[in-house]
Amino acid sequence: MTISVAMTVNGKSVSGKVEARTLLVQFLREHLGMTGTHVGCDTSQCGACVVHVDGQSVKSCTMLAVQAEGAKVTTIEGLAPSADKLHPMQEAFRDNHALQCGFCTPGMVMSAIDMVKRHNYVLDEATVRRELEGNLCRCTGYHNIVKAILAAAPAMKSAGV
Amino acid sequence: MYDFAYHRPKSVADAIALLKGNEEARPMSGGMTLIPTLKQRLARPSDVVDLGGLKELAGVKVEGDTLVIGGMTKHGDVATSADVKKVIPALADLAGHIGDPQVRNRGTMGGSVANNDPAADYPAAVVALNATVITNTGKHTADAFFKGLFETALGDGEIITAISFPKAEKAAYMKFPNPASRYAMVGVFVAKTASGVRVAVTGAGPSVFRVKAMEEALSKNFSSDAIKDIKVPADGLNSDIHGSAEYRAHLVGVMARRAVDKASK
Repeated sequence: MTISVAMTVNGKSVSGKVEARTLLVQFLREHLGMTGTHVGCDTSQCGACVVHVDGQSVKSCTMLAVQAEGAKVTTIEGLAPSADKLHPMQEAFRDNHALQCGFCTPGMVMSAIDMVKRHNYVLDEATVRRELEGNLCRCTGYHNIVKAILAAAPAMKSAGV
Repeated sequence: MYDFAYHRPKSVADAIALLKGNEEARPMSGGMTLIPTLKQRLARPSDVVDLGGLKELAGVKVEGDTLVIGGMTKHGDVATSADVKKVIPALADLAGHIGDPQVRNRGTMGGSVANNDPAADYPAAVVALNATVITNTGKHTADAFFKGLFETALGDGEIITAISFPKAEKAAYMKFPNPASRYAMVGVFVAKTASGVRVAVTGAGPSVFRVKAMEEALSKNFSSDAIKDIKVPADGLNSDIHGSAEYRAHLVGVMARRAVDKASK
């Protein structure tokens, strides 16, 4: 079944024709060519595909593109305010060496931003570790990821993002 | 995933019209179980009826001493609802430990209860709190609703519109999550409500069940000491690479005692 779908991705209106079974992550990667969002496990476990849909973090491999009809979607490509400036969370990941191979990073960053906002910019280490339950890093680089998120929380607050 | 016809009805009546009499149609709430099932080609519905547009089914209401939670209310919204935290904090706590934050942002209470996964958390709360499952056609008591492995009392063209939970005097849920999947290996919900003390177990058997011996002991003396010698038989419990039936039976006792201690605080 082919369906027309329209949504806002990183502030731009986009549309396309998809099959009912097309996943949101397939729409982003294969229809829009936005490959920043990764597919790791494709079984809702690893979180490499996390994007924000209407402000909430979701696993885009476990949502149909048609379910995002009319929604506002933000991906890793939509975070940096300009070509030479990163989002505070991205900056904190770089400063803290919070990525090794980088494959899980887009999902980690998207989950982390949602986490910081839900906790009103106040986090402790135990909370960060528990909140990262849905994101796996196969390099097992969690320690620096946690450090980066703890550093980004106040930075996001001062930047007002 | 095999392809299917997708529908997004705007009203419960429209959703029922699409589902009723069509055995090949499947309703979808948050899709946290259905989409992975479709991906593995374990199901091949002709039609998927997305209940995501039924906004009237989402939300929490307090009616006297009862919490009425819409079927499409997401786990994350139950976990953070001020009303749920006030009336039945144990239910908010349970919801906050389902899956991971991304699953809680999509998965719904009605979807989880209708699916009746043997390791789902909500069925334990529904049974222990003696909740009422409200559908488009009527009401089911908790005891009558869960029929067995992935089986419920829901009939053709019947969906969960809300679940009504009576206020608990004391309640707590403790689970031993599978270290990989985080599903409950064993989860025990203990509750003292106007209808008495109930102990409901998920994860251990093919479907949620009550431990009557513990309920009787706790009715007389609501303390973990009162149930320390009660053994749950391993017969019929789940056994897999993660744990034997005997191990799960043992965990029921441990989780029940921890839940009673937590509820007594």
